[in-house]
Amino acid sequence: MSLADDLYRETILDHYHNPRNNGSIENASATVEGVNPLCGDELTLYLKLTPTGLIEDVKLTAHGCSINTASGSMMSEAILGQSVERAQEIIEDFKTMMLTKEDETVFEDELEELEALRGVKKYPVRIKCALLPWNTLLEGIETARQAQAK
Amino acid sequence: MSSSVEFDVEKIRRDFPILDRVIEGKRLVYLDNAATSQKPSQVIKAITNYYEQYNANVHRGIHTLSEEATVAYEAVRETVREFIGAEETCEIIFTRNTTEAINLVAYSWGKQNVLPGDEIVLSPMEHHSNLVPWQQLAAEREAKLVYLDLTEDGQINMETAAQLIGPKTRLVAITQMSNVFGTINPVKELAHLAHKNNAIILVDGAQGIPHLKTSVADLECDFYAFSLHKMLGPTGVGILWGKKTLLEAMPPFMFGGDMISSVHRDKTKFNELPWKFEAGTPNVADVIASGVAVDYLNNVGMDNVRAHEIAITRYAIEKLSEIKDIVIYGPLDATKRGGVVSFNINGLHPHDLGQILSDNGVAIRAGHHCCQPLMKDLKVMGTARASFYIYNTLEEVDLLLAALKEAEKVMGHVACR
Repeated sequence: MSLADDLYRETILDHYHNPRNNGSIENASATVEGVNPLCGDELTLYLKLTPTGLIEDVKLTAHGCSINTASGSMMSEAILGQSVERAQEIIEDFKTMMLTKEDETVFEDELEELEALRGVKKYPVRIKCALLPWNTLLEGIETARQAQAK
Repeated sequence: MSSSVEFDVEKIRRDFPILDRVIEGKRLVYLDNAATSQKPSQVIKAITNYYEQYNANVHRGIHTLSEEATVAYEAVRETVREFIGAEETCEIIFTRNTTEAINLVAYSWGKQNVLPGDEIVLSPMEHHSNLVPWQQLAAEREAKLVYLDLTEDGQINMETAAQLIGPKTRLVAITQMSNVFGTINPVKELAHLAHKNNAIILVDGAQGIPHLKTSVADLECDFYAFSLHKMLGPTGVGILWGKKTLLEAMPPFMFGGDMISSVHRDKTKFNELPWKFEAGTPNVADVIASGVAVDYLNNVGMDNVRAHEIAITRYAIEKLSEIKDIVIYGPLDATKRGGVVSFNINGLHPHDLGQILSDNGVAIRAGHHCCQPLMKDLKVMGTARASFYIYNTLEEVDLLLAALKEAEKVMGHVACR
């Protein structure tokens, strides 16, 4: 396996060098921190939902490796503007892709980029780097919903 | 052991079968020795030989196998005593690892001796294993943790140390050698400061003893903890050495078999040193193999080990310094540090570096090295760390450098965000 071909393929490097939705949101519906205690990766996720449950805005501040940063960047693009329910489906599909040995996950056209991260599976210790933004998002959705319910 | 013995790195390498391993089509370059060292075939064979020839429980059986196992197990205590310059064999206690040795002191000595308002002095470069036990003890006993200051190049500021170690200090806990900076600490001077204030000093020797000729008498410390797996031995064996007077006054850490001399329905008389601290069936096979590891180092000669590491570290620092945008942590003088070199290349995350190096057969460590508070002080996520041992060569440093250049190429230049 060659790293230039898979792990650090162009898509990942592009998102690493220019992470999308990088920054913070004032008056976010939820602000959640995700940490990877084993490697020290840290990220803060800001989520803003509309009253009807659409993801109006999402921003990330990440201090992590290329996999972690790129995964968060791609995730933010994938879920922006989606309903919370749809976002949860995407999270589920992504986690299935990353955690199933020979997965057959196929993402629809506009989410196709996410499949670039499948190559990370060849490096088992780094799967958690790719999953950190997604698990943090799950927590963020939960927090935002609880806040809305009040 | 005299340093006049010929040091032949190629001959040494032949004793380590794992060094022939091929990773991604490339010969393994193992530069993660600060995490654990590789094992010579002599050590590996000692384990097999024990299980094939005289596996039995120690200290009890009245049969040949048990007697042989007991003799071999107890002989290692004497081997270790001599290796660390301790006075008495009964001061050598077998544990699982350095962490357990330090916890033994924290639980047993700490709970008996640390009182509310007392101070425990640490350095910011302690491994979590010599930090968390004291932090927890301090919280439980309402004692205070006091951190020493570091200089810019990762050495202990001895001027402020003289003030920070004071009449309230009960214990100074310090690493002999930093697993991040490679800094060799002035343990003896710190011991003097501790003793002047009626405090004691515990030394974490996990990184020190594999690389430095060590005598607990010369260090003038009170406790010394280390692991055999970082010095050619198998995993699962640690040593706690303590001054006999201290150990005798301490209550047992764990209770059960082997640590007793007589048991009644309602009370127990504990065994004498060192068995008072060794409850349950010990790790017989690995302790015996650990003795072989110490013999191996004695044959190489610790002066030779040190000289080889200074040469390789000097070369590594010199070569790494040529990389643009590199930050090397710790003292740059190879004689003031051990063979551990931590660095960051601006814009490259240590994990990405570690991964690409691994794809080139080069094993380094990337991350926080179990020193999270220190990483916060340095304002980094982590570092890449290359660490050397007796079987590493200058050629392997060149391979590290080549792999780093490959990493820079793959990742491209990344502006620091």
